[in-house]
Amino acid sequence: MGALIKHPSDPFLTTESGQGMDYEFHWNVVFQNMPELLNGAFVTLHVSVLAMLLGIVIAILLAIAKMNNSKPYCYIATTWVEIARNTPALFQIYMAYFGLGALGIHLSPYVAVLSALVFINAGYLTETFRGGFQSIPNTQYSASKSLGMTSIQVYRYIILPQMLRRIYHPMTNQFVWSILMSSLGILVGMGELSGTTQRLQSLSFRTLEFFMVAAVMYFIITKLVLISSSLLSRKLFKGEI
Amino acid sequence: MISIQNVHKSFGDLEVLKGVSLDVNDGEVVSIIGGSGSGKSTLLYCINAIENIQKGKIIVDGVDVHSKETNKDKLRQKLGMVFQQWNSFPHMTVLENAALAPRIVKKMSKEEAIEIAKKELVHVGLGDKFDVYPTKMSGGQQQRLAIARALAMKPDCMLFDEVTSALDPELVGEVLDTLRLLADEGMTMICVTHEMGFARDVSDRVAYFHEGVIAEIGEAKQVIIDPQNPLTQKFLSKVR
Amino acid sequence: MNSLFTPLSWSDTGFILIGVMNTVTISIVAIVLGTLLGLAVGFLRAESSKVVNVLLGSVLDILRSVPLIIQLILFSTFVGAMGYPLDPFVAGSIILSLYTMAFMSEVFRSGFESVHQSMRTSARSLGMSYWQTIFYIRLPIGLRAVFPSWLGVALSVIKDSALVSVIGYMELLRTSDQLISRTQQPLMILIGVGIFYFIISYPLSSYGRYVERKMAI
Repeated sequence: MGALIKHPSDPFLTTESGQGMDYEFHWNVVFQNMPELLNGAFVTLHVSVLAMLLGIVIAILLAIAKMNNSKPYCYIATTWVEIARNTPALFQIYMAYFGLGALGIHLSPYVAVLSALVFINAGYLTETFRGGFQSIPNTQYSASKSLGMTSIQVYRYIILPQMLRRIYHPMTNQFVWSILMSSLGILVGMGELSGTTQRLQSLSFRTLEFFMVAAVMYFIITKLVLISSSLLSRKLFKGEI
Repeated sequence: MISIQNVHKSFGDLEVLKGVSLDVNDGEVVSIIGGSGSGKSTLLYCINAIENIQKGKIIVDGVDVHSKETNKDKLRQKLGMVFQQWNSFPHMTVLENAALAPRIVKKMSKEEAIEIAKKELVHVGLGDKFDVYPTKMSGGQQQRLAIARALAMKPDCMLFDEVTSALDPELVGEVLDTLRLLADEGMTMICVTHEMGFARDVSDRVAYFHEGVIAEIGEAKQVIIDPQNPLTQKFLSKVR
Repeated sequence: MNSLFTPLSWSDTGFILIGVMNTVTISIVAIVLGTLLGLAVGFLRAESSKVVNVLLGSVLDILRSVPLIIQLILFSTFVGAMGYPLDPFVAGSIILSLYTMAFMSEVFRSGFESVHQSMRTSARSLGMSYWQTIFYIRLPIGLRAVFPSWLGVALSVIKDSALVSVIGYMELLRTSDQLISRTQQPLMILIGVGIFYFIISYPLSSYGRYVERKMAI
């Protein structure tokens, strides 16, 4: 069971046999494997979106628990948030993959990475949501009430729209962070973009070529996410932010 | 002391000053009144070389302000300026605020700078606030600190740009009293202001600005109480 | 059946301590270098023309939009392939510092820009030169304003330093990794590692939030 821990990265250490200045780039093998790389990119996007959605749902619950002051729930939420914020993502992934494995809970690499990302996203987003909610002054509530709105109407038309404006940008950042951090899947042999790149390069030894293409793909993915996020925000908030 | 000769100033296509001439003598207090956008604040910025000019000349103490050869940092040491926003340095105590420029600009020793700063702070009535941080003080106190900060540079002339406009009404009095004190001591002052009572009682002359030119200038009481130009009459009847 | 493996013993503390020290060392190197570089770049971005800004911005953009782990692998493989293999500590320090710089520069840029034009004009009207205004007014005010964000980036560097293990640097997670292979006690060792990071990170992040709250009032 322990033999699970292998550093797939070890080939990168064998630089003593460096090929010297006359390194030749061979791109053909990379392009031949493009479908697999694209598939890896899809898995990256897939796991990040899922980690984000689940993270949001849990974060809403944790934020409510934290603001409610009902002791046991508040403690659980606080512990979750602090562990998620104060330990490395790599540690979370190892915990999910090897740590739970020791308890007899064997997660697949995909599920292990997903649960680590969900755990961290939920932790960070809890604070984002709480901060967004608290940043809206009480006077907004009383002013709306004085106009005769019901509590539900106040939340629906006044509080939540303002809150969404304030948490939108941090949420986008968290999503980009998830995409980048899902690359840690490489360390547990997951089939996302980095893991796929790692597997393909180990077959062909074109390490540089494969990882350069992967870097470009990550760059494009994050740029696309950021651009569509700002387009969406313009539509949602009519350029008011 | 200050000689403003046919000054023109534009921001892009917008001409803000359209030929302004004004001489301010040593020890004289001149108030500038006028509507917003009439160019009165811009003139102060031009005198202090914060803004450049397109045409004309401003001479301070025999020095051409906008000449290329003029050392603008040196020139600004002769001119104290206080703004609408007091801009206290939030990371320093009141005493450090006032002592900073003498120390680093005039290269005084720390002891000297502190001595001057203390004197000027007492001067404006902040003698009990040396070690307080400005963020803990009222707007009026912070504005007086800004005055002391400028005075600590021993300027020959003070420029005041609507120094009471951003203050709560109950704090205006203490700042105006400080300005009055300076005027009584013989400081040369140019005050852009909306306080007509102050302009009438404290200044020697009052200039009314309208659309980038001086529409009327004269002895303070005459301009405020008995304006000759219909534009001035109209303006004063609105602000009263 | 455990004969192949030896359980965790007190003699392993030395080994773990090396990992701890290495994690601390590379984090400090990256935070110090990243802060200095970030300060310079952030200042350049706040002050320079649009063209320079777009150029600088796109380089920083790459550093922020490619996963750190890929940057580490690429850089270390690249210098190796070019015939100049670098020690994992050196290669890791270079990339981690640049990565830190990319985030720090944004922090400092916003700090410089947080000092309003009217504040600068006030300082200039006292006769201060451009550089005096920067040194005595904009830097101290700006640095205070961004301290919580700076601390946030610094903490994430400590956590991200774990990734340098991928190019063979013996930091804390990699040493514990090897201990796990030998002892087959992943849970205990990993929990220990987690507690270590938590002990470093939690007080600092709480302090950062405390300062932030104090500044908001």
